[in-house]
Amino acid sequence: MIIATGKSSLIDEMKVQSGQNPAECYQCAKCSAACPVTAAMDLLPHQVIRYLQLGLEEDLLKSKTPWICASCFTCAARCPRDLDLARMMEGIRLSMLRRREGNKFGPADLTPEQLEKLPQQALVSGFRKYNK
Amino acid sequence: MPRIGIFICHCGSNIAGTVDIEKSIEAARGFPGVVHVDEYRYLCSELGQDLIKKAIEEHNLDRVVVGTCSPRMHEVTFRKAVTEAGLNPYLLEVANIREHCSWVHKDIEKATPKAIALLRAAAAKAALNDPLVAPSVEVEKRALVIGGGIAGIQAALDIAEAGYIVDVVEREPSIGGRMAQLEKTFPTLDCSACILTPKMVEVAQHPNVSLLTYSEVEEVKGFVGQFDVKIKQKARYVDPVKCTGCGICYEKCPAKTPSEFEMGLAKRKAIYVPFPQAVPNIPVIDRDACLYFRKGRCQICAQECPPQAIDYEQQDQIIERRYGAIIVATGFDQMNPSHYGEYGYGQHPDILTGLEFERLFNASGPTGGKVVRLSDGKPPKKVVFIQCVGSRDKARGMNYCSKICCMYTAKQAILLKEKVPDAKSYVFYIDVRTAGKGYEEFQRRAAEEYDVAYLRGQVGKIFPESDHLMVHGVDSLSGKTIEIKADMVVLAVASVARADAPEVGRLVGINSDSYNFFNEAHPKLKPVETHTAGIFIAGACQAPKDIPETVAQASAAAVKVVGLLSKDMLQGEACTAEVNQAECSGCLYCEAVCPYSAISPVEIEERYHGGTLKRTVVEVNPTLCHGCGSCTVVCRSGTINLKGFSNEQILAEVDAICLQR
Ligand SMILES: Cc1cc2nc3c(=O)[nH]c(=O)nc-3n(C[C@H](O)[C@H](O)[C@H](O)COP(=O)(O)OP(=O)(O)OC[C@H]3O[C@@H](n4cnc5c(N)ncnc54)[C@H](O)[C@@H]3O)c2cc1C
Ligand code: SF4
Ligand code: SF4
Repeated sequence: MIIATGKSSLIDEMKVQSGQNPAECYQCAKCSAACPVTAAMDLLPHQVIRYLQLGLEEDLLKSKTPWICASCFTCAARCPRDLDLARMMEGIRLSMLRRREGNKFGPADLTPEQLEKLPQQALVSGFRKYNK
Repeated sequence: MPRIGIFICHCGSNIAGTVDIEKSIEAARGFPGVVHVDEYRYLCSELGQDLIKKAIEEHNLDRVVVGTCSPRMHEVTFRKAVTEAGLNPYLLEVANIREHCSWVHKDIEKATPKAIALLRAAAAKAALNDPLVAPSVEVEKRALVIGGGIAGIQAALDIAEAGYIVDVVEREPSIGGRMAQLEKTFPTLDCSACILTPKMVEVAQHPNVSLLTYSEVEEVKGFVGQFDVKIKQKARYVDPVKCTGCGICYEKCPAKTPSEFEMGLAKRKAIYVPFPQAVPNIPVIDRDACLYFRKGRCQICAQECPPQAIDYEQQDQIIERRYGAIIVATGFDQMNPSHYGEYGYGQHPDILTGLEFERLFNASGPTGGKVVRLSDGKPPKKVVFIQCVGSRDKARGMNYCSKICCMYTAKQAILLKEKVPDAKSYVFYIDVRTAGKGYEEFQRRAAEEYDVAYLRGQVGKIFPESDHLMVHGVDSLSGKTIEIKADMVVLAVASVARADAPEVGRLVGINSDSYNFFNEAHPKLKPVETHTAGIFIAGACQAPKDIPETVAQASAAAVKVVGLLSKDMLQGEACTAEVNQAECSGCLYCEAVCPYSAISPVEIEERYHGGTLKRTVVEVNPTLCHGCGSCTVVCRSGTINLKGFSNEQILAEVDAICLQR
């Protein structure tokens, strides 16, 4: 049950981090229909936005969905409200990291071959996604 | 013996695809009295009509039967064609072999004999057709508008501008209707009074318009072009000529009663104008509240009134006038949601309807324009709006969508944020419906810029708890139940027909749907006409609608009226009832069933055994008769007949059909 307060620090953070306003979403769920990895998610992408709209921080922070998100940007390409949900997901991950533990993995977790073979871009986005 | 010509239309493949034209022609040649038969692909085309006209001349035809679509579609077309060839239009007969035959059958083997039977029947009737002449009716060049809301005001202005005289009958002491009660209007948020008052003044001052306020229509008789109307103008107890509108009377009047205009949220005096911008600005005395009328003592207003305009002796007046056309624009009401126990309406001063909440924004409203709780006068910080209260509810409300509530709820949430910047609004909705120019954008602005939380779901209960209202609802999108500690609850209740709409409908002779909204003649193509010629509808009396749609409909109705009044004469109905008084037994059954009061009893003198005998029979007023035929059915002596549809003609058709078997 929600005692609606309408205030959530997560929303405010996420707004700053992603430049997106979840209030603009009208819950058509096109993002969820397009997302290629929903099978592995516990909350569908549009539900993540709904939780943001309702300020359901606790539930959101427990969700695996932001970590399953492949950052493929399909949702952003399809959204009729011109929202970039992938960016919001990124913002949520950052907030989660800041709130919970520290870095999820660092250069030390990689073997020298991995470091050599992985493309630079994958490394950079991996660190962005999993580090504080 | 008549000389009948039969013309069969293919209607492309609409008829020819299911009816064997060749066989039909063959059969038609054998009907009694038929001297010529022809066919054409599209008989209604210019060429098709020429074919008929030429044949009338060449074969000297005096009756024409067309086997075509429904007479509703093209009877007028073919009547015109035969008239041009010198025949009386009523000597034409239409056999409907499309809607009644080819469209409803698939098997050509079965449809063809049916088409032949229909043609045979039409020919048999045509043989008995008489030339008829429709009476001409003079058009009274004056229009009546019933209801002085924005619909009535707009319609009256348009008719007046076109140069015709128009009377507006308004029940309340002032015109303006619901729009006068509104604060700002979606989707542009212009102030309602600022756009309405100039129109009220314009209509009041227009030389072609007479306003009859505090008046009601008592009786409507007659027909298109000549409606005879009785209007009751209730006594105001104030002389409109002497009154200067100074307002001293209602300032001094000691008697108070709840104000209808303020939805009972404030009091008014016994002598009052409903709102400051009232037009006309002439007070009325409410007898039920006035101390003088109730107890015989007071008369303060009479003593205080500088021009001595108060007149306790004034009487109701009956005005009788003739009008060429009538527009009904009586508007709508708000449902009382008391039977929704879960919302607690009427049990707590901070649970309001949308229209009541609207009044709180108004500078002359019950709170002087301060948006505050009526319980403690504090500005509300959390307001819950509930949509679809009584709309889209087949169990306890109305099946339909009230259409305006999504928009006015968004509007009120925006206005609230402007008046109380730290207020937060929550809107419980089932669907947000915002079709209309600029509407979707407006509602999104409420959600995005004014921080209005839209919760998809309904409210199950509201409990007053200390100084707030605990609202229990659900958000079906997240599947979460929601509790809100609200300061105020606003119910977007269903817009419903006025309680007296059925009575008004009966009075003017138009029908309504199952919700008592007046019916248009065609849901798409005749949106402002009714089934009664000369009577039109406009505004929210037809269905819930917003101001732009109301105004558009009002202008449309005005155009129809102007078109009608621009004619000097109208063609009346040719197919009216006629009675053979020699056979009439005077039972007066027909008088009782005639919906148009066209039949009345008369005394005649007859010779009887050398002497004379007085006897009651009936006579038909052909200008009042609409040719509905009800009387012919009840006549026990079978002596009242509809011209063009006599018993003889109809039996001839039946015989012709039966002959086939
Ligand atoms: C809370 C609320 C907010 C709204 N906000 C907006 C808005 O922001 N923008 C917008 O576009 N629309 C708005 N609307 C809708 C708007 O009020 C209507 O579209 C408009 O009032 C319809 O006008 P009308 O003339 O058809 O009916 P009405 O305004 O109801 O006028 C009918 C008139 O006829 C009179 N009458 C009734 N019966 C009789 C009779 N038997 N004899 C003589 N006179 C009679 C009545 O006294 C009244 O004066 C709102 C409605 C509500 C309830
Ligand atoms: S596609 Fe856009 S509007 Fe639709 S639910 Fe997803 S974020 Fe909301
Ligand atoms: S006479 Fe009636 S209307 Fe006049 S002041 Fe007294 S109570 Fe009011």
